[in-house]
Amino acid sequence: MINITIENNEGERQDLEVPVDMGFNLMEILKACEYDIMATCGGMGLCATCHIEVLAGADKLPECNDTELTTLDTLPDADMNSRLSCQIRPSLEMNGLVIRLKALQEA
Amino acid sequence: MIGVGYEWEVLLEYQNFQNSHSYFNMITTDICIIGAGPVGLFAVFEAGLLKMRCHLIDALPIVGGQLAEIYPQKPIYDIPGAPGIIAEDLVKNLLIQIEEFKPGFTLGERVQSLEKQEDESYIVTTNEGTAVHCKVVVIAAGLGSFEPRKPAVERLEYFEGKGVHYMVKKPQQFRNQHVVLAGGGDSALDWTIFLADIASRVTLVHRGDTFRGAPDSAEKVFELAEKGKINLILQSQVSSLGGNGVLKEVSILGNDKSITTIPTDHFIPLFGLSPKLGPIADWKLGVEKSAVTVNTVDYSTNVERIYAIGDINTYPGKLKLILCGFHEAAIMMQSAFKYVYPDQKLSFKYTTVNGVNAF
Repeated sequence: MINITIENNEGERQDLEVPVDMGFNLMEILKACEYDIMATCGGMGLCATCHIEVLAGADKLPECNDTELTTLDTLPDADMNSRLSCQIRPSLEMNGLVIRLKALQEA
Repeated sequence: MIGVGYEWEVLLEYQNFQNSHSYFNMITTDICIIGAGPVGLFAVFEAGLLKMRCHLIDALPIVGGQLAEIYPQKPIYDIPGAPGIIAEDLVKNLLIQIEEFKPGFTLGERVQSLEKQEDESYIVTTNEGTAVHCKVVVIAAGLGSFEPRKPAVERLEYFEGKGVHYMVKKPQQFRNQHVVLAGGGDSALDWTIFLADIASRVTLVHRGDTFRGAPDSAEKVFELAEKGKINLILQSQVSSLGGNGVLKEVSILGNDKSITTIPTDHFIPLFGLSPKLGPIADWKLGVEKSAVTVNTVDYSTNVERIYAIGDINTYPGKLKLILCGFHEAAIMMQSAFKYVYPDQKLSFKYTTVNGVNAF
């Protein structure tokens, strides 16, 4: 288990215990914890509905793959700290990661 | 293998036919299917077996839904009997499978309203004014309609239709005009290249300083910029729009906080599409977490004659799989039969015994 902190739009933070040995990616974990993520494409890195901003610990994440870069390139609100949570597989080094959900999940 | 492209031509013919006959203003059918993704398409087949005609409406200009818009080249491994089928091939096969039931299509239009008639039938109307009169409505809308992602730009919505475009429908309208595009994906690059020959001045604004997704188009864009054929503004974003009644200028905010204002006739932000539930949310249907609640006996909603199948619905144990949507379509059409043919008795027949008996 590692600890990941999630900040909501109001700036409130919530700590989440995240398993690293169950083969889940971060999008799946956030979804399982009832965070409002659509994950339209189901984890292929194509829809950007799991877009997150990494507030701390970005250096502990592996680099973006081509699919992730291509998708981030199409977004109006992506910046240097943007990632797609479906492309991140939690590992022990990521303990202490702080993220903010960035995709607008309006109906 | 059936010749690639054939079924798309047929589809285009349908649409042209409908457009040329829009004079009559009303399309009449048995079942109006909202959403032309895999489940909506297959629903036509299941309806056809029961002699019920269908008309499909989709906000995208193409059929296939997510398969066409998000992952056309991805293999799908869990379609029974079609292992590893490429998404766009599945769509083509579905079109072939339903062709003989001659469905109607209204593409590139979004369903806006639903009106119940005195005889319990419905009229479904799109944002472009197309009206479909039907006895049953099937919502097979996946995650909703795909709509352009809108960047945070001051007065963007005010200038919609007054110089702001989210897609390029008629490139010739930009002839000898000043155009500013924004975005860093394929479509922003491709339209920049295309419009460079048409517009009198093309400016592309991109947040980053590289285009990582499409190296070939990116190279071409850099080349055009070097030759002075386009104006390329990197590490910047359009922050606000100005004009009196019509768009006159855009202000561009650099990552270094500098602000540049340039005159333009058009602003085209191209940031891809994202799904929205849209007007369906206002139809007094049971909705839970952006999905329509249904009775699993027949996938009916809480409103008579309205059904929901595929990713758009939810029920205990729901799995968002194409194959589950196919199953839901079959069950649902058996239930819809009573509204289309109230005086007839439904008898279940296998296609192996009876064939499909096309219209």
